Amino acid sequence: MKFRIAEAARAARRLSTHAAAAALLVATGATSVVAQDGTPVTIGYAVSKSGPNAGGSDMTVTPNYELWVKEVNDAGGLTLPDGSRRPIEVIAYDDRSSAEEVVRAVERLATQDKVDFILPPWGTGFNLAVAPLMAKFGYPHLAGAAVTDKAPDFVKRWDTSFWFMGGSKDYVEAFTDILVQQREAGAINDKIAMISVADGFGIDLVKAARPAFEAAGFDISYDETFPPETSDFATILGEASNAGADTFVAFSYPPHTFALTKQAKVAAFNPPVFYLGVGAGFPIYPGIAGGSVEGVMSLGGIDPQNELNAAYRAKHEEIVGRAPDYWGSVLVYASLQMLGQAIERVGLDKAAVAEELSGGTFSTVLGEQTRLEDNQLRAINWVGQWQDGAFVAVSPDGGNGTAAVKLPKPDWQ
Amino acid sequence: MTMKPSIAFPVAAAVLAVLAAAPLFIPDYWTGVLLGMTGYVTLATAWALFSGPTRYVSLATVAFFGVGAYVVAVLNEALPYPLVLLSAAGIGMILALAVGLSTLRLAGVYFVIFTFGLAELVRQTVSWWEVNITYTMGRYVFLPFEGRHIYWQLLALAAVTLLISWAIGRSRLGLALKAIGDDEVVAAHAGIDVTRVKLLLFVISATLITLVGAIQAPRWTYIEPSIVFNPTVSFMTLIMALLGGPMRLWGPALGAIPLFLLFEWLSVSFPDHFSIILGLLFILIVFVMPQGVLAKIDDIRKGGRA
Amino acid sequence: MLEHVVNGLVLGGTYALVAMGLTIQYGIARIMNLSFGDTIIAACFGTYVLFSTLQINPILALAVVVPLGYAASLLIYRVIMKPLVDRAPSDGALEVDSILVTFGLLFAIQGVLLIFFGGGYTSYSFLNTPVNVLGTAVAGNRLLALGLSLVIAAVLVLVLYRSRWGMMLRAVALAPQSAPLFGIDTDRAARTAFAIGGALAATGGVVVSMFQTFTATGGVVFTMKALIVVILGGKGSVPGAIVAGLLLGLVETFVAAYVDPGLTLAAVYTVFLVLLLVRPNGLFGKA
Repeated sequence: MKFRIAEAARAARRLSTHAAAAALLVATGATSVVAQDGTPVTIGYAVSKSGPNAGGSDMTVTPNYELWVKEVNDAGGLTLPDGSRRPIEVIAYDDRSSAEEVVRAVERLATQDKVDFILPPWGTGFNLAVAPLMAKFGYPHLAGAAVTDKAPDFVKRWDTSFWFMGGSKDYVEAFTDILVQQREAGAINDKIAMISVADGFGIDLVKAARPAFEAAGFDISYDETFPPETSDFATILGEASNAGADTFVAFSYPPHTFALTKQAKVAAFNPPVFYLGVGAGFPIYPGIAGGSVEGVMSLGGIDPQNELNAAYRAKHEEIVGRAPDYWGSVLVYASLQMLGQAIERVGLDKAAVAEELSGGTFSTVLGEQTRLEDNQLRAINWVGQWQDGAFVAVSPDGGNGTAAVKLPKPDWQ
Repeated sequence: MTMKPSIAFPVAAAVLAVLAAAPLFIPDYWTGVLLGMTGYVTLATAWALFSGPTRYVSLATVAFFGVGAYVVAVLNEALPYPLVLLSAAGIGMILALAVGLSTLRLAGVYFVIFTFGLAELVRQTVSWWEVNITYTMGRYVFLPFEGRHIYWQLLALAAVTLLISWAIGRSRLGLALKAIGDDEVVAAHAGIDVTRVKLLLFVISATLITLVGAIQAPRWTYIEPSIVFNPTVSFMTLIMALLGGPMRLWGPALGAIPLFLLFEWLSVSFPDHFSIILGLLFILIVFVMPQGVLAKIDDIRKGGRA
Repeated sequence: MLEHVVNGLVLGGTYALVAMGLTIQYGIARIMNLSFGDTIIAACFGTYVLFSTLQINPILALAVVVPLGYAASLLIYRVIMKPLVDRAPSDGALEVDSILVTFGLLFAIQGVLLIFFGGGYTSYSFLNTPVNVLGTAVAGNRLLALGLSLVIAAVLVLVLYRSRWGMMLRAVALAPQSAPLFGIDTDRAARTAFAIGGALAATGGVVVSMFQTFTATGGVVFTMKALIVVILGGKGSVPGAIVAGLLLGLVETFVAAYVDPGLTLAAVYTVFLVLLLVRPNGLFGKA
């Protein structure tokens, strides 16, 4: 309720400033906010609350922003270097899944609302759309939900940008290691059937996957791309199962991931390795699959032994009302924790915070010693698998925060 | 606008100069607002250039807009920027010719639906081409433009579009168009080559729309079909032009400016309820024009002001 | 080959089911309803709520959701459409008005759904059991969509072509200006047709929710698919909607199997655009 009132007050304030600004379009000095102890730290973000990107934002990004802000404010606010605490005030906009909107929203946050920090939108494309502006206005850009192999280039181009989700190559190569081990153990043949969604995410992964699989001596016997609007996979799965492959890979988005699972069950398509894209790590996935998800693989995964992560998941469920996904959420949340700790160490100066993020070591849900390498988070779980009701990080033999992969996948029930 | 050209032109030039100078004095955000507004003013005016007099309601706006943006994404590192724009215009023109030749015999709602299908077809084809032929989905546009550079280009294009619209209104072509709008059959009997006139208009309008897409592309850094072929663009353009009245030179602009500001205000003030308020406002707009939007257009055509 | 025919027909069944309501709304009530898909999505969410909170079987949910769809559409017609119909000087004017007003309605419904359900993906599993049809395993819920669409179509055709009441509806569709001269209450006919369309959208929503993932903003996809089917089949033609829906399903399946899954939608739009050029009034439309 308190939040509502604050929101209403802010809306009123915004209205008046906008009316003024509109009246003197060409003028003038904006009202300068005098920073003083107790005044809130403003954090702004534009996320897709509506439109095609809303599904992704609503799972991975927005709940974590809200969770983190609530936790910080419940604890008395952000701690500054002098030990004082200041509450966070949020300004949130809806980019309506439009690139032009997200760009203008970030300009608005930076030059109208003059927020202290800006959190990024969901998706690779939108993160790239705002990256030049974030750099121009000097805001640290914590790209949490953006998979890109070009992160090293982007870091050079925008030196206050930070990339938390790795690149396609990382995900594909970790998965290939598992496949190679399984082939050597005689569990699978050397054929792979692969499909991908025709948008930036699917194509980026498939482009990394083709050379990686082939270099490892696999034969990609079925390799097709489908439009994002596809809703029926009966024919595609039929063709894929005719390809004689023991490994099925789909770089898909949630609607496809869910539909593929349902169709695979109907068609009793059960290859030893069944790997899907975004959505297989969602907590609702087992329900959608009718319970039988054991052995399904995807990107991400968590370390079941990590108590910090377990506590985070419990807190997320308590405050947001549902569990976070098993891939991006924890990375986004960790990026926020790092931001909070960087502010505690160096204050609200954006350049200093960026520098601290780049070089410091932080205690996050990922571990006590989280740090970035060349502005990128590299300690990510690349491959996950459903094992005994949890989506855990896996590697060929386990260890180092991962479980050993269990293949072949058991039958659908 | 019944001002004499001798007065209207200096006034327009002065307004243009003020608008062009604005980004030097206002914060970046307001430049962004002006940019978006100018984009839609141009789109709506260009749209009305064809759809106003012929009454062919086109939803293909985003097909051309997206093609423009995509050409820039593909060529921005291969060619100098002016040539990139020229290529975009050329490709838009060729596409418009092909589309125009095959579709202008459709009428009414069939044309509406055809143009919508066309936009989707172009989007699907571009996606498929990128995925299977060039193996790249998602392209980067790293042109050294900030908001105001893009705004200046759009402003220039808006001025050109309005100038073209004004010139057509005064030319023989404009007269021919008015005749076609009133009654195609009569116009044909009067010796007007109806198809050629419509085709010419369609091509001019589509080329301008393509250029808007091309100029705006560098603003998003990253381009993929789902970003540039966003059907909202078509609907927004249509609504703005219809609201302002597509028959008047300044009509589309006068629809685009308030609607754009309204959307902006809504998304600032009610970020969580944008859809619902927008929807209700829309229904209200239709109802406060008691004779219907089309009849309102007719009113205006007959010289009255509703 | 046979499996592709089966898969194609099953997929087409969904398209036909979804399109029938729109063809009736557009053909008889003469309302080009752009918010049609959002009615479907609303029904999806309604079914989901009944299923997940009250454990009501989605097939039983039909008994709740479909009448609701009828009532809501009736209300929408009375409050929003009726004034537009009354004031419209011509068919063209009504068409533009209805496009604009339902465009607004689309956003309003979307906004309400967003407030209640957020923007996330929703999906659940029901009747996802394999059924053997001529050697091809088909999902039970999709087969249900095909079966329902055929049954509904048969009923509608019977009613429209064999009953006095159906004849009135058709008379209104064919000649809205002269129908009143024969003592036909056009307003009542249009209102009923619009509401039946809404009930059919709700039916489609209930069934589609069993197999398809839906989001609050995903209605446009359904509207567009339905619109293509309606125009292809000829507006107002129930058999046309069935044939066009099944045809699209077959086209998508065969393109996915023999050409390239990436071109399924491009193929659909190509078929649609070509047919529109050759037969602007659709397969079953009257010239």
